[in-house]
Amino acid sequence: MGIINTSDILETIGMITAENLDVRTVTMGISLLDCIDPDPKRACEKIYNKITTKAARLVPVVEDISREYGIPIVNKRISVTPIAMLLGAAPDADPVDYAKALDAAAKKVGVNFIGGFGALVHKGFSNGDERLIRAIPEALAQTDLVCSSVNIGSTKSGLNMDAVRLMGQIVHDTAARTADNMCLGAAKLVVFCNAPEDNPFMAGAFHGVGEPDCEIHVGVSGPGAVRAALAKLPKDAPLDEVAELVKRTAFKITRLGQLVANLASERLGMPAGIIDLSLAPTPAIGDSVANILEEMGLESCGCCGTTACLALLNDAVKKGGVMASNHVGGLSGAFIPVSEDDGMIKAATCGSLSIEKLEAMTAVCSVGIDMVVIPGDTTPEVIGALIADEAAIGMVNSKTTAVRVIPAIGHKAGDTLDFGGLLGYAPIMPISTWKPDVFIHRGGRIPAPMQALKN
Amino acid sequence: MKAVITVVGRDTVGVVAKVSGVCSELNINIEDVTQSIMQEMFCMIMLVNLEKCNVSHDAMRARFAKAGEEMGMQVNITRQEVFDAMHRI
Repeated sequence: MGIINTSDILETIGMITAENLDVRTVTMGISLLDCIDPDPKRACEKIYNKITTKAARLVPVVEDISREYGIPIVNKRISVTPIAMLLGAAPDADPVDYAKALDAAAKKVGVNFIGGFGALVHKGFSNGDERLIRAIPEALAQTDLVCSSVNIGSTKSGLNMDAVRLMGQIVHDTAARTADNMCLGAAKLVVFCNAPEDNPFMAGAFHGVGEPDCEIHVGVSGPGAVRAALAKLPKDAPLDEVAELVKRTAFKITRLGQLVANLASERLGMPAGIIDLSLAPTPAIGDSVANILEEMGLESCGCCGTTACLALLNDAVKKGGVMASNHVGGLSGAFIPVSEDDGMIKAATCGSLSIEKLEAMTAVCSVGIDMVVIPGDTTPEVIGALIADEAAIGMVNSKTTAVRVIPAIGHKAGDTLDFGGLLGYAPIMPISTWKPDVFIHRGGRIPAPMQALKN
Repeated sequence: MKAVITVVGRDTVGVVAKVSGVCSELNINIEDVTQSIMQEMFCMIMLVNLEKCNVSHDAMRARFAKAGEEMGMQVNITRQEVFDAMHRI
């Protein structure tokens, strides 16, 4: 077949049709810095107008690319400047009004989610930050498409433990405020350490202040394709071969993402931002990061060896993806969201995967304790301490870590919460109930580690 | 504007005729055809030029999907750029 090999063609078609290969998201980053206004009503108008103007063609253009090229593209999303930065100028504003403006704009242009109802408080709170954070439970309850993230620490600045304590409470309250809707609010809220400013994935996407006015990011996916490739490898193949195969597959997956990024950027007349090289699982059978680890030779994800397999996977994905893309950014690595990954759900249900093992895994993969459902009676202090542990791993290892847990209000360990769609379902996982209260109530800051002093 | 049409499924009589019939109906020029049996499945790969196609992308996809359904086979149309991106450095 001309210059393309027949088996290459069939491999690609197989990846798309049988192994769930897709481009997970095309995310438009939009700066709202020019929407700052002391009059909250005027600010919300500016926000709505800017988003609906800049992203007016996003959904139809991406759908056209998908149809024309035969590439499945699952989500179209928007990330904006952290809203706390706009609130500083409007001391009387109700942050929930800003969330509603984002929600209305997202619905108008037809995207799946809009991220950026957040604050960057890794060193302290500026005007607007704390007001925004305290409004998160209400904002996420009153909107459908708005996602929120708060950065509470970084390698350079250490951990803001006042913010950690506050976020323990806010995560709890957000779940409680949406208790009649599967505690869904908490699924749209991420607490970060070292948050990337160009992340296209939800719920943590926001548009950093160093980014251009508008740009197009692409998040690729394809755990199913990696797993299927590994399944063809003999069970006694050495791990060098496993790593090589993951690299090759990641290269192909990422090139598909770069193609879509180039096309979308050209057609929308905006610069291409970054490609996020993440393996993002879905609840679809086989489209699972846990299954990849099991394909490497683990009986069930979470058993001893899981962290080592994940480290190999995460590194090989990056090595393959880097050469396939112009600019790499975002989270770039393997995701381990429990409720969104069929294999993780099974592992959590059968008991092979615990929160403690997940925490260890986050030291070597791209994010953190993600989409984990915990018992509803978990105290805000325990949630805060979990956030502190994760953030410490990120801070010391100069990497992004995050916590997105859903306290299942009114439910106990062993029950199941079903969010539906891409968010999936998950068993409630037990978490240590020993009290970290005195530590969490101290507040203050954990100083930046020696790793920060690179100059 | 080149694309690759792949037809995968159990071998039946008239697959090539059916798919080329649809191409002719939509004014799609066939530039190359190859077929083989892989893992007991019949695979036909057709390189086509969509430049003079007389219907929209949606209508074209729907027409080929319908032909696929009638034959009980899976028909995919993917732009050549996708394979170039994934398999050529």
